[in-house]
Amino acid sequence: MGDREVWLGDEAVAMAAVHAGISGVYGYPGTPSTEIFEAVETVAAREGIHAHWSANEKVAYEEALGMSFAGRRSIVTMKHVGLNVAADAFMNSAVTGVHGGLVLAVADDPGMHSSQNEQDSRYYAHFALVPCLEPADQQQAYEMTREAFELSEAVGLPVVLRLVTRLAHSRASVSPAPRVPQKPLGVWRDPMTFTLLPQNARIQYRKLTEKQSDLLHRSGTSRWNALSDGPRHDRGFVVNGIAWNYLMEAFGGDCPHPVLRIGQYPVPADLVRALVETVGEVVVVEEGYPYLEERLRGIVGIPGKAIRGKLDGTLPRTGELNPTIVAASLGLPVAQGLRPTLGEVPGRPPTLCPGCSHSDSFLEIREAMKPFGDLRVFADIGCYTLGFYSPLNAIHSCVDMGASISMAAGAAHAGARPVVAAIGDSTFAHSGITPLLTAIRQNVDFTVVILDNGTVAMTGTQKTLATGEDLERIVLGLGLDPEHLKVIEPHKTRAEEQVAIIRREIEYPGTSVIIARRACVQALRRGVA
Amino acid sequence: MKTDIILSGVGGQGILTIAFVLDNAALSRGLHFKQAEVHGMSQRGGAVYSYLRIADRPIFSDLVPEGQGDMILSVEPLEVQRYLNYLAPGGVVISNTAPHKNIPDYPDEGKVLSSLMELPRCVLVDAAAIAAAGRQPKAQNMAMVGAATPFLPFDLADYEPFIRRLFGSKGEALVQGNLAVLRLGWNVGRTVQRLLEEGLPTRRVNSFLLRVTPETVDPERASEVAGALQGPGTEAFLAEALGKVTLDEALARCR
Repeated sequence: MGDREVWLGDEAVAMAAVHAGISGVYGYPGTPSTEIFEAVETVAAREGIHAHWSANEKVAYEEALGMSFAGRRSIVTMKHVGLNVAADAFMNSAVTGVHGGLVLAVADDPGMHSSQNEQDSRYYAHFALVPCLEPADQQQAYEMTREAFELSEAVGLPVVLRLVTRLAHSRASVSPAPRVPQKPLGVWRDPMTFTLLPQNARIQYRKLTEKQSDLLHRSGTSRWNALSDGPRHDRGFVVNGIAWNYLMEAFGGDCPHPVLRIGQYPVPADLVRALVETVGEVVVVEEGYPYLEERLRGIVGIPGKAIRGKLDGTLPRTGELNPTIVAASLGLPVAQGLRPTLGEVPGRPPTLCPGCSHSDSFLEIREAMKPFGDLRVFADIGCYTLGFYSPLNAIHSCVDMGASISMAAGAAHAGARPVVAAIGDSTFAHSGITPLLTAIRQNVDFTVVILDNGTVAMTGTQKTLATGEDLERIVLGLGLDPEHLKVIEPHKTRAEEQVAIIRREIEYPGTSVIIARRACVQALRRGVA
Repeated sequence: MKTDIILSGVGGQGILTIAFVLDNAALSRGLHFKQAEVHGMSQRGGAVYSYLRIADRPIFSDLVPEGQGDMILSVEPLEVQRYLNYLAPGGVVISNTAPHKNIPDYPDEGKVLSSLMELPRCVLVDAAAIAAAGRQPKAQNMAMVGAATPFLPFDLADYEPFIRRLFGSKGEALVQGNLAVLRLGWNVGRTVQRLLEEGLPTRRVNSFLLRVTPETVDPERASEVAGALQGPGTEAFLAEALGKVTLDEALARCR
């Protein structure tokens, strides 16, 4: 200890959680959050920390809450859209409150580098009435995570740690602090607190609302919320998390205006008022949705003060910030780089790996559907979403984990024929089982292709929970007619025979499942297939 | 002092190994650094980049502002073009010459390399040849690090502990092989640097050095090269589409 470590923002969070004495890490892989779990996992055996990927984020969150109930600390990690899946557990955990410290590390993806939206998790913390911490750099990520456990236990609530891609996946040197041991088992005794029958829940919810003034006081005095002055009061800034870095970069480290830097929520209202009173206009620079800006603006605004930000077009409404955008938006000088010397530079989008089984599966599905005219393949979240691109052009939807099966069923209900759903093995375990159960019970006329490559490939070949014969047993256990479960090993050399199998199942007027099974080439390369 | 680097390549080419070595070298020198990288979807064969900022004072942004980059270090030549707007006018490009053609509309290879030679400061690195010369054909990224180092606030010795951390478990021979490739890469980078400092044009310097076997490139002989490149045989020698020759032979042909 005392040495400086080279850590990703994600790794700083992970090691801080280990040093804070967690007894469990929970999560489901999702960019840009995956490395938090993985970094804890590397030391879990040595440290006696429970570290097994969960089937989905809701399961992970509930497991973490259970560990908290038993008096021990835990961290649960997910990407922003994963919190939608865990939202039921998360919202209600604010009402139950926690016993052992519980930190939800949620990584947002402004700019959608690897996501289907750029939702801002600060709204979830606000919605649930729980504190949120938002680091600006790797050292803060470490220190805030350590503090988050203390805060969680002090206020008896889960604490949200909001990360964004550019911190989660950026490395810097971090100086760790002395560690504390794990907490002893201390199961919660009062049967009422965690039993949210309406009668109990009303009491718990009132307690939650009564905690709000304490939370506000804490953020008002937090070292992560700082109001700095400057000589020029024509303008003042309100900034969150890494937006502060971009603001400072734009001003060369020396901002001549007052700046309110926010790293702990609820929004420190007194500090906001103190800033607003002394400046002519307020510019809100925030990474994510215009959350602070909306709160400042309200419906009627602040009389006599302009509030600038993403809502009035001073800063772009969508996408992630960067130092160039922030400088240009503020009318500060922006350097000109070189121009390309090659004319048009062709794009290089991500593709399925050479030899990927999904390519063969999609080619076979396309071929099998040919006689039926239009192709309707509802796909899902994973590497196979890349089947959208040329030359495969094989999918028509990708909305959220598990939606392939449910949306295909809905289209079939509407009379669309034939309808195919394509879903990976891990996505199936995450959120595909319940829609398939629903469909089988109604004998929906569609075909579900489970692309079983035996791993969570897109996020780095993590362990999947439903593959191989286990997967077959799960599907049959849902009640599928065994005559209409077919297992193929997608490969060019057997394409003709496999296309015939797929086509027969598409023609069958009821629910059929095809498991297209072949190991992921990345997993084979890494020796984890 | 600050050095802002854009590392670029194609998913799977290992630019994060390069970043690992440079990050740790910065840390061991007591410098500040931030290194933002790309994970997830783009790692599947798409264009990938990493920003590495090194300075002797605290760094704010994890991302390099446009027009302020000091170096583009690319393991793929076409990818350089994607990030030139980040390079300051005085910045340098260090690029591998080997194309990674996983897209149908990859431009003509010769045009790609030629476009890089139009840049004011560019070092073209035949990483495969350098790694082969160091008898460590898989160490192409170390050839790139070596070639970049004369333009960075580091010495080759800074890297050794981290090369050892990366490869030590697989035997001392692998460590030594990587160090040898680093040295050969450095020789190329340093030679180009010297020749550019002497005012020779990027195109001529790189065209010449790409014709020389890496094990014979010697920065100490840069002024000899500078002289020879004015010689009557130079145009003819550089116009040949032939393999590599030793430095002595190349000099003789130019004179």
